[in-house]
Amino acid sequence: MYAQMVETGLKNVRTLDDMSADEQAFQARIDAGVKIEAKDWMPEAYRKTLIRQISQHAHSEIVGQLPEGNWVTRAPTLKRKSILLAKIQDEAGHGLYLYSAAETLGVSRDELLAALHSGKAKYSSIFNYPTLSWADMGAIGWLVDGSAIINQIPLCRCSYGPYSRAMIRVCKEESFHARQGYDIMMSLAKGTPEQKAMAQDALNRWWWPSLMMFGPSDAESVNSAQSTKWRIKLFSNDELRQRMVDQTVPQAEYLGLTIPDPDLKWNAETGHYEFGEIDWTEFHEVLKGNGPCNRERLRTRVKAYDDGEWFRDALVAHADKKQNQAAA
Amino acid sequence: MDTKADYLLRLGDNALVLSQRLSELCGKGPALEEDMALTNVALDLLGQARMWLTYAGELEGEGRDEDALAYRRDAHEFRNVLLVEQPNGNYAHTLMRQFFFDTWHYFEIGGMTKSADERIAQIAEKSLKEVTYHLRRSGDLIVRLGDGTDISHRYTQTAADELWMYTGEVFNYDAVDEAMVAAGIAPPAAELRQQWLDHVTDIFAEATLTMPPAEAWMQKGGKQGRHSEHLGYLLAEMQFLQRAYPGAEW
Amino acid sequence: MSKEWPLWEVFIRSQHGLAHKHVGSLHAPDAEMAINNARDVYTRRNEGVSIWVARAADIVASSPSDKGALFEPANSKVYRHPTFFPMPEEVKNL
Repeated sequence: MYAQMVETGLKNVRTLDDMSADEQAFQARIDAGVKIEAKDWMPEAYRKTLIRQISQHAHSEIVGQLPEGNWVTRAPTLKRKSILLAKIQDEAGHGLYLYSAAETLGVSRDELLAALHSGKAKYSSIFNYPTLSWADMGAIGWLVDGSAIINQIPLCRCSYGPYSRAMIRVCKEESFHARQGYDIMMSLAKGTPEQKAMAQDALNRWWWPSLMMFGPSDAESVNSAQSTKWRIKLFSNDELRQRMVDQTVPQAEYLGLTIPDPDLKWNAETGHYEFGEIDWTEFHEVLKGNGPCNRERLRTRVKAYDDGEWFRDALVAHADKKQNQAAA
Repeated sequence: MDTKADYLLRLGDNALVLSQRLSELCGKGPALEEDMALTNVALDLLGQARMWLTYAGELEGEGRDEDALAYRRDAHEFRNVLLVEQPNGNYAHTLMRQFFFDTWHYFEIGGMTKSADERIAQIAEKSLKEVTYHLRRSGDLIVRLGDGTDISHRYTQTAADELWMYTGEVFNYDAVDEAMVAAGIAPPAAELRQQWLDHVTDIFAEATLTMPPAEAWMQKGGKQGRHSEHLGYLLAEMQFLQRAYPGAEW
Repeated sequence: MSKEWPLWEVFIRSQHGLAHKHVGSLHAPDAEMAINNARDVYTRRNEGVSIWVARAADIVASSPSDKGALFEPANSKVYRHPTFFPMPEEVKNL
């Protein structure tokens, strides 16, 4: 979901007949729940898919620092500021764990960053929306990190060892993120009328983009089906989205806030909430680069990278000098 | 205002304002690992600020807590030195400001661990571990950048030359500072200044940087509430929500 | 394009008495910075008393294709395990 629409490069799900002996053995390991590790033989399509999926996830974490960075200098109490700083730091850390996992697949971080900066690589659509009030910090933690947790917990069991271990590490830290967001929403919801309105407004703006994060229905998707066979995608987009809605509606009710969906209603027969139509055109446009903040987000990252070149180069030069001195 | 409380405000405001400057760089660092390290320093300093401000508020005895002090004083009531409110500039500027500050901070906090006031000694003890790391880190980076490439050397030297005139303020003791020395709470100026000069000289030598003249004219006024034009803008941003929604709980 | 910082693998001992565990990797220009960065990336929640870093390029790994030759012989030497030798119940301390 931080990795939406990941292409496997395949037109059909691989059947046993399609597979070489190596690939059959590989699939058997996956079916048996054995982890694939960095130097193991793997089909090229598996490797490529994982690189895309993991790096998109990493890019999402890094770009994801920016919407929150936008409010860290305006946090309304020192305690809230400390907490937000720690959360943003965690996100940088998550990005690092994920780049680290991606690099085990034979790609360098600089290559991945080049793909991000050129616009070729994607990151989660959600981070292309603006943070307009302090309440957005609450909404993001609650809805966006909340959704991320739903996606990431199953990934702790994915077939690729380095990715699953990175996910375990991330999950340990992520529940703090969701809680701090909800905690902000609680303070606002029981605060002044203006604060309550601020909270409602944030929910109004972040609800639908959060549902879109899970990606369109993939019942027909060859990519999703193949990824499922490879156990790098464990639940369908619809299943995860449904889980998110079912879990979040009672949380919104507790806050006394209204979810901006007139079609939202509990279905006693299915035991799930029904919800309204998602505007998938908006989703695709945002992914294409036409969201409210795509340009700014990418420009900020590119600028940081470009402005930082002299710094990175200087550190290499110094390290080289020291090494040469030691060798002499 | 109680003299000790005033002194604590100086310590707290230094940490608070510097932390705020570093927070501006969240997600914008020159490398991911560096981004994390810098955010870590910001977080450490914020924690220290909270401890100093809380104690200051208690001593003042007017019911002001850390947030009242941070969010509802105007610029002329802030007691930080001019150095910390300077803008981030390029990354060499950011790191040089940090190094100059960390060096003073390390010796100051180290001296305060022996403070006659037990609570101050405890806060200093707790802070010292963090500040020791900050200094090691910033000094190390100055060496690497000073003795890196021609560009990094140039940037770093320029940063040193431009920030130099803000480095004397911490050693320019007024009545409040002297009272703290007399009370066995703060280290004396001359000793502190010499330690600072020695350390900066050592690091600059390793970094192949030229030391600006020690007896140069120094800016002052921050400790007494006379700030640069920068502080007003910094506070406007930092304090906005509390001022726009007075009385609200967050 | 500029030279990329080399990749380092990071190992953390989280408590005295435990062994170092591989936790991931990061980029740094040299060993000292790798350790400092590792501290900020991997020990934010008191997870460390000791950090080891090694250049990823220096790590030598056994090849997965050798798994059979390297590891299977040990599997068939069951007598290396104490459970291979049941002892009479009345006999103590063995």
